[in-house]
Amino acid sequence: MISLKINGRTYSVQAPDDMPLLWVLRDLLNLKGTKFGCGIAQCGACTVHVDGRPVRSCMLSAANVGSREVTTIEAIGQKESGRRIQQAWLDLEVVQCGYCQSGQIMSAAALVERNPSPDDAEIDAAMAGNICRCATYARIRAAIKSASRT
Amino acid sequence: MTGHLSISRRKLIVGGLMVAFACSTRARSATSKATGPSTIGGFVRISQEGGISLVMPSVEMGQGVYTAEAALLAEELDVRLDQIAAIAAPPDASLYAQPLFKAQMTGGSTSIRGFWTPLRQAGAAARSMLVAAAAQAWGVHPDECSTKDGTVLHSSTGRVLRYGEVAELAATLPMSEHPKLKSPGDFRIIGKSQRRIDTPVKVNGSAVYGIDVAVDGMKTAAVVISPVDGGKVKSVDETDARKIPGVIDVLHIGDAVAVVGEHYWAARAGVEALNVDWDLGPNAKLTTASIRAEVAKAADEGTPLKALEHGDVEARLRSAAKRLTAEYELPFLAHATMEPINTTVHVRPDGCDIWVGTQTPVVAQKHAARITGLPVDKVTLHNHLIGGGFGRRLQADTIEQAVRFAKQVPYPLKIIWTREQDIRHDRFRPCYLDRLAAGLDEQGRPSVWTHRTTSGTVRRYFDEDGWPDGKLDKDAVDGAWDSPYAFPAIRVDWIRHDPPVKLNWWRGVGPTHNVFVVESFLDELAHTAGQDPITYRRSLLDANPRARAVLDKVADAAGWNMPSEPRTGRGVSLHQNFGTYAALVVEVAVAPSGEISLKKIVAAVDCGIQINPDIVRAQIEGGVLFGLSAALFNGITFDEGRVQQGNFNDYRQLRINETPPIEVHLLNSGERPGGLGEVGTVSAAPALGNAIFAATGVRIRRLPIDRKLLSKRESS
Ligand code: FES
Ligand code: FES
Repeated sequence: MISLKINGRTYSVQAPDDMPLLWVLRDLLNLKGTKFGCGIAQCGACTVHVDGRPVRSCMLSAANVGSREVTTIEAIGQKESGRRIQQAWLDLEVVQCGYCQSGQIMSAAALVERNPSPDDAEIDAAMAGNICRCATYARIRAAIKSASRT
Repeated sequence: MTGHLSISRRKLIVGGLMVAFACSTRARSATSKATGPSTIGGFVRISQEGGISLVMPSVEMGQGVYTAEAALLAEELDVRLDQIAAIAAPPDASLYAQPLFKAQMTGGSTSIRGFWTPLRQAGAAARSMLVAAAAQAWGVHPDECSTKDGTVLHSSTGRVLRYGEVAELAATLPMSEHPKLKSPGDFRIIGKSQRRIDTPVKVNGSAVYGIDVAVDGMKTAAVVISPVDGGKVKSVDETDARKIPGVIDVLHIGDAVAVVGEHYWAARAGVEALNVDWDLGPNAKLTTASIRAEVAKAADEGTPLKALEHGDVEARLRSAAKRLTAEYELPFLAHATMEPINTTVHVRPDGCDIWVGTQTPVVAQKHAARITGLPVDKVTLHNHLIGGGFGRRLQADTIEQAVRFAKQVPYPLKIIWTREQDIRHDRFRPCYLDRLAAGLDEQGRPSVWTHRTTSGTVRRYFDEDGWPDGKLDKDAVDGAWDSPYAFPAIRVDWIRHDPPVKLNWWRGVGPTHNVFVVESFLDELAHTAGQDPITYRRSLLDANPRARAVLDKVADAAGWNMPSEPRTGRGVSLHQNFGTYAALVVEVAVAPSGEISLKKIVAAVDCGIQINPDIVRAQIEGGVLFGLSAALFNGITFDEGRVQQGNFNDYRQLRINETPPIEVHLLNSGERPGGLGEVGTVSAAPALGNAIFAATGVRIRRLPIDRKLLSKRESS
């Protein structure tokens, strides 16, 4: 049994030792907002927060999370930073197909949490691990700036 | 798939109303459960409680089509976009066929072009029936009534009825043959940047894509597919796989094996533990070099099929003051949609359900019926939001595979491909070899232009009987025969050579390839003539004011005539495809190492009436970057029959830190709306190549761009 603290709740799951947090979230806990994109930490679609830091859940085994707090896209709106990012995403109409956007929003929320007004270079550095095949990058940059102003 | 469509107005009107009529009877019975909604046409469903659902004939894969199609319906129905819910159309070509394809298919930037009139007619017809119902209830003449935000008003008496209150009666009334459409001056939704209706669920994790489907009793499978296309399973040792906790079943079809698990990770572990012996089949020795050699041979020896010829081409080539020739080459491309391939299928003796995101629901349904032996009407397809299409989900090969596995088990089965499978077992954008020749007169103006493409045909994968030899596949020459320019003499032809690689359409279809070739070669002509690339293009556009207008706009907005730094440069492209005119300027800097950085992107677009200007901009922004990403980084290559790329590390994509500022300028011509999903992608590569030439003097004739050609030592 693995015990996990996710979005403020504690879950116990029966999972193989090497099972990535991504698949525990999606297939055992039915938290499907976190997405599978590449499986090798190349695309960022699976980004969640572990103790507030953005982490690629496809490469982190659930067994190694330990007592750290996991936050997923389903709960990020309960944090002020997450709520502001989600609102900016809608206000600037960032989203196209949307499949990458859970991961984008998680990376962006982590960024503004530790750096309330990032410049272009800081945004690029924090967001370069998140691929968007619809290439919504210009609006992602603008939305992060708009969220950090509000 | 492109160019100037000439469907007669009459046909559209009749088509639109037939669609609406067919819906009214059939959809009514289909939704007659309990207090089900009243349906008007196949597109509008209104419940007595007042809920308004609009049925979306096209699939939402990021292009914003739900918002745009809802806008067409809502404008004439007279409801606000925040009052409606959009639902995916079920497979039913008699109701939801795209008028330009006569098939229920989303692609080729056709959605708005095809549905512009029929959806407004459907909305208007529904509105007039609701008005008639209210008028009947009040005992007044319909002309005395007006509508607003989902209500009918009788202003002289101040009476108001919500649509929901009259929907049931309205659905029994005859549908107007000629619903009156608003004139553009009265539009309240069309032309305004309404909020997208598909995105609120996409920012909080609650959007349900195909991969997120959860059905009672569902199991999840991972697969292993023959590493070489055309290979077969010889034998499988499943002993170790079956020992893995959580593994339930091992299933075989001819060219793949699936391991079913309680969850995806068990299934994946099961696949890793399989030992499969493959008969690799006829393509086991395939290499990119062997494919290229065969294409070149076909280009030398094949029979060209003429797409266009006018003027005395040969004589003009002989008499030209200067003659230029060039050869261009483009690679196979994978789609690499962000959402990897997945399908969920439940086959039962009495029916089959499919949960998936597909661009061709009717085709998927038909294949499932064939594979299961069930009648088509027993196959229910639940279409979902799509995490990127780009053409990949136009083919149903992946759904066929899932049905073949699922029909062996009683439970609903979800199959998820890995990213590596998604790329390696894609059906690819064709590779192309293009040979061009042009003659210039004494003033450097083009006196003759010839363009020969050698490629496979994508159409053979979409027509039931394949594609006959000797028949031109227009897709192969789209963007070449119908360029914006007037040449005194021109010949465009195509040599068919089907490579031993399965093909598919890819964002931008034919024009993505041809416009790169045409716009790059035209740049070569301008350079040879010693003229500015924009001035040169402009001189060929006397008869094409819309093209000239976007070109002028982009030149101005991009500061085309401003001086540039050493090893930086601006490149331009211009095209008219999908009913839209687009000019693009890309500015690059090329480091002495050959590394390319994008500095700035400026687009000018005339797509006629803009349904939603902000979505127009978004499509151009994303489309341009999508095209640049491919030109900079992507080419699928083969060795030993295997695709050599597999994931975002070796099939890499543009990232945010490589993305420059982008400006999109929209021109208001007021013409019929054009397509948009692919326009930016088509513009991208030629503007980039021309910018690199401006920066370095190196002409890019092959994609993806080889940085070695651009390093200082080699280019000097
Ligand atoms: S799925 Fe984890 S980074 Fe791509
Ligand atoms: S919005 Fe489609 S991949 Fe980012």
